[in-house]
Amino acid sequence: MNTAIALWLSQDAVMNGAIYALLALGLIVVYTVTRVILVPQGEFISYAALSLATLQAGAVPGTVYLLIIAGVSVALVDTIALVRRSPNRGAASATSPRNDASGAIARILFWNVLVPLLVAAAAWWSASRRDLLVLQVLVTIAIVTPMGPMLYRLAFQPLANASILVLLIVAVAVHYMMTGLGLVFFGGEGLRSQMFPGLTFQLGILSITGQSIAVVITAVVLILVLAVLFGRTLYGKALRATAINRIGARLVGISAEFSGRLAFTLAALIGAVSGILISPITTIYYDTGFLISLKGFVGAIIGGMTSYPAAAIGAVMVAFLESFSSFWASAFKESIVFTLIIPVLLWRSLTAQRIEEDEEP
Amino acid sequence: MSRRVLTLAAVLLLLAAPLVLPEFYVTLLNYIGLSSIVALGLVLLTGVGGQTSFGQAAFVGIGAYTTALLATRYGISPWLTLPAGIALTVVIALFLGFITLRLSGHYLPLATIAWGIAIYYLLGNLELLGKYSGIAEIPPLTLFGVALADGRTFYYLIWLVALLALFAVSNLLDSRCGRAIRALKGRTTMAECFGVNTARLKIVIFVYAAVLAALSGWLYAHFLRFVSPQPFGVNASIDYLFMAVIGGSTEVWGAVIGATVLTFLKQWLQELLPKLTYESGNFEIIAFGLLVIVMLHRARDGLVPYFARLVPADRKRMLPVASEPPPRRAQPQRGDLLLELQGVAKRFGALVAVKDLSFEMRSGEILGLIGPNGAGKSTVFNLMTGVLAVDAGKIVFRGERIEYLAPRDIARRGITRTFQHVNVLASRTALENVALGAHLRGHAGTLSATLRFDRAEEARLRHEALRRLEAVGLRGHAFDAASTLPLSSQRLLEVARALCADPVLLLLDEPAAGLRHLEKKALADLIRSLRGSGLSILLVEHDMDFIMGLVDRVVVMNFGEKLAEGSPREIGTNPDVLEAYLGSVA
Repeated sequence: MNTAIALWLSQDAVMNGAIYALLALGLIVVYTVTRVILVPQGEFISYAALSLATLQAGAVPGTVYLLIIAGVSVALVDTIALVRRSPNRGAASATSPRNDASGAIARILFWNVLVPLLVAAAAWWSASRRDLLVLQVLVTIAIVTPMGPMLYRLAFQPLANASILVLLIVAVAVHYMMTGLGLVFFGGEGLRSQMFPGLTFQLGILSITGQSIAVVITAVVLILVLAVLFGRTLYGKALRATAINRIGARLVGISAEFSGRLAFTLAALIGAVSGILISPITTIYYDTGFLISLKGFVGAIIGGMTSYPAAAIGAVMVAFLESFSSFWASAFKESIVFTLIIPVLLWRSLTAQRIEEDEEP
Repeated sequence: MSRRVLTLAAVLLLLAAPLVLPEFYVTLLNYIGLSSIVALGLVLLTGVGGQTSFGQAAFVGIGAYTTALLATRYGISPWLTLPAGIALTVVIALFLGFITLRLSGHYLPLATIAWGIAIYYLLGNLELLGKYSGIAEIPPLTLFGVALADGRTFYYLIWLVALLALFAVSNLLDSRCGRAIRALKGRTTMAECFGVNTARLKIVIFVYAAVLAALSGWLYAHFLRFVSPQPFGVNASIDYLFMAVIGGSTEVWGAVIGATVLTFLKQWLQELLPKLTYESGNFEIIAFGLLVIVMLHRARDGLVPYFARLVPADRKRMLPVASEPPPRRAQPQRGDLLLELQGVAKRFGALVAVKDLSFEMRSGEILGLIGPNGAGKSTVFNLMTGVLAVDAGKIVFRGERIEYLAPRDIARRGITRTFQHVNVLASRTALENVALGAHLRGHAGTLSATLRFDRAEEARLRHEALRRLEAVGLRGHAFDAASTLPLSSQRLLEVARALCADPVLLLLDEPAAGLRHLEKKALADLIRSLRGSGLSILLVEHDMDFIMGLVDRVVVMNFGEKLAEGSPREIGTNPDVLEAYLGSVA
């Protein structure tokens, strides 16, 4: 291996590491807030990448229909829940129960039916307009991101108090479903979206593509935005409070459902952005996202599933490991990445001092 | 219809099935039996023990490939390859368990995913193992010269093993070790305080589950007589988890029901959906995912617990038969120096919880430890029992320094405690909870529990637990789930559990909180009679009437420091104490 190859591999690793770090972040937000290990995070990546490629090819992606169906289902479930709950509400809304309920239904319909239909219209209009790359990117984000909260509402909110194991199994079942749907929407063929217009320039012996810079900058900006969101805004603080103490957060008026929806929205947004960023670099198949998000998961695990900076460092470590092992032993690339976790575990195990209490059953 | 009848009916149905069913369904049932054995390991490990593994299929692979290789290449009898496969599995499981299970949470899932992926690639790339095309022409099992080559004959072997495994795991769960295993799920601190080596026990159940998987793999190899890497990947491991969770991961029959439902579901979806949709796509995986989600929304604990509600539990619970109590330890001479704290300190970050605390206790004494909220009393308990590590100072118990010992080693020396926040196994009976206290007074391990060799000892422990329940007035609730008792009774349950450990020094953390007047009086009488039998008691309590009439001496703490020490009468008139409790009088 010479310096040029090492630098080239490092560039690759930094780019992938930025994406893994983003994904690790999303996984940790969702896990700490809802205790769900978000296995289907990878499907958001695939859906976004393939939807963008489909739009660029001039067709409306199948994910649009999924968005509409999921939205209608959420609207149904929410309306039924509202109707069932209303007789018990009694005095609180006695002044204008009818207005209250119809207002709530209007809100439900707006967010879950009208917005998806608008997104669908935008998708139909932007498909085939090759000159509107940015618009297509935005439409893709608008298709994929709302699926996060809808997924939470339909699959996980009814199980909010279930054990981590049950939530994990449901997450795997959702992953199966979404992968199967991905095959239906996009077929077994891989797609690659068109490169962002950009330049390639020479830095010493290393040629740097505009794409890789775009990836790193977007990832870093997104991480900073999230840091500000968590540190400075009320919504971010609500999420952090829920993560630290679910019951305590509820007692001070932070709704667990709200926090869950927000966490899933962030995760879906992160997945969508990651998918868009990598889609011009590698060919994406309907099931590629899973393996990508698994590496984010490994990063998150190295960070102990709780610490954001440690997870980001872990994610970059994974990327470097992957990049260099693909050079030395490409056939064993995946197994090396996963097996070299064992020394990390061994080290942590030997340095652990006392018995740690597991989560309450 | 009782559960016993249902179980018997299930076994009879299994016996009759191959006589009436067509070949196809017998094969399906064979696969279900093989899967049940693996899922059963997950019930023990994951459902009851709380440790999630994504690597069970890899252990199945170890069992299958070991016998395949040894039997085809070296012509070794399959009956000898079984112990070889199990030995290899034990070594691997011990290693993986050692590096992950001493840590909490997510490390076992990750390590087992890594191990599952690694073993899949290994099996697929090794020349010796036939790469991805696998090993064919594995010889059939022979029993007394008869080859078990036919699916219907093999059926009986598979289900014999499956039912024996079921029996073994139920035996294990209904034992001294079983009680400790149930405490691994979120109650490790409590279990450690009663002498359970939780890290070791986690490794034991991981190895147990791995051995069950390897056993299934050995059967698989001789049933199919062909192995390839495909069924041993991570996806297959996830399927086993699905089976356990859908069937009901806390019940042994959940493994069988889950394996049955999942196998038939997949089979039917594969047959049915292409007919409905007129195209072969991945519709079955979509429908499968959807059905699993709906099923878990309806019955999140799994199918067996869901339907078990419809079948009444067997009414006649057997009270433990009277048997001689397990051996008791010799109490120290009354009045001997028992416990000594010297300059003990503990800080949490900037918060000083305990500062330069010193006091001593003599044998046969009731010492009250009081102080306003946040004075550091519970922290002292945690330091004395090894739950927290001291930052400075010494704790000497019967002439031996204990501040560096693990909770279970301190328990072994005769210090037991109750918890301020009730720490019981909510879904288990009061009797089982109390019997857990006697963990160190029994010796039966997992193997003797599995083989039912532990019955005499178990009867002694259970009867001892019943006597202790009676002592705190809860005998009538012996078979009620702990969570159904009122909080005050759960506190008494904790006292009974601590007594069951036959302690030298008993630490009671607010035992009277929430008790009514008469109950308090009964508790005070109990504590006095315990002192009469030579026990020493350190009591944290807020109820002054309760404590002042009961204790021999009082230590008062405030802001982590000792404020005063003396007889109840001295303390009651000490101006510093009055100020700490009531604010300045002047």
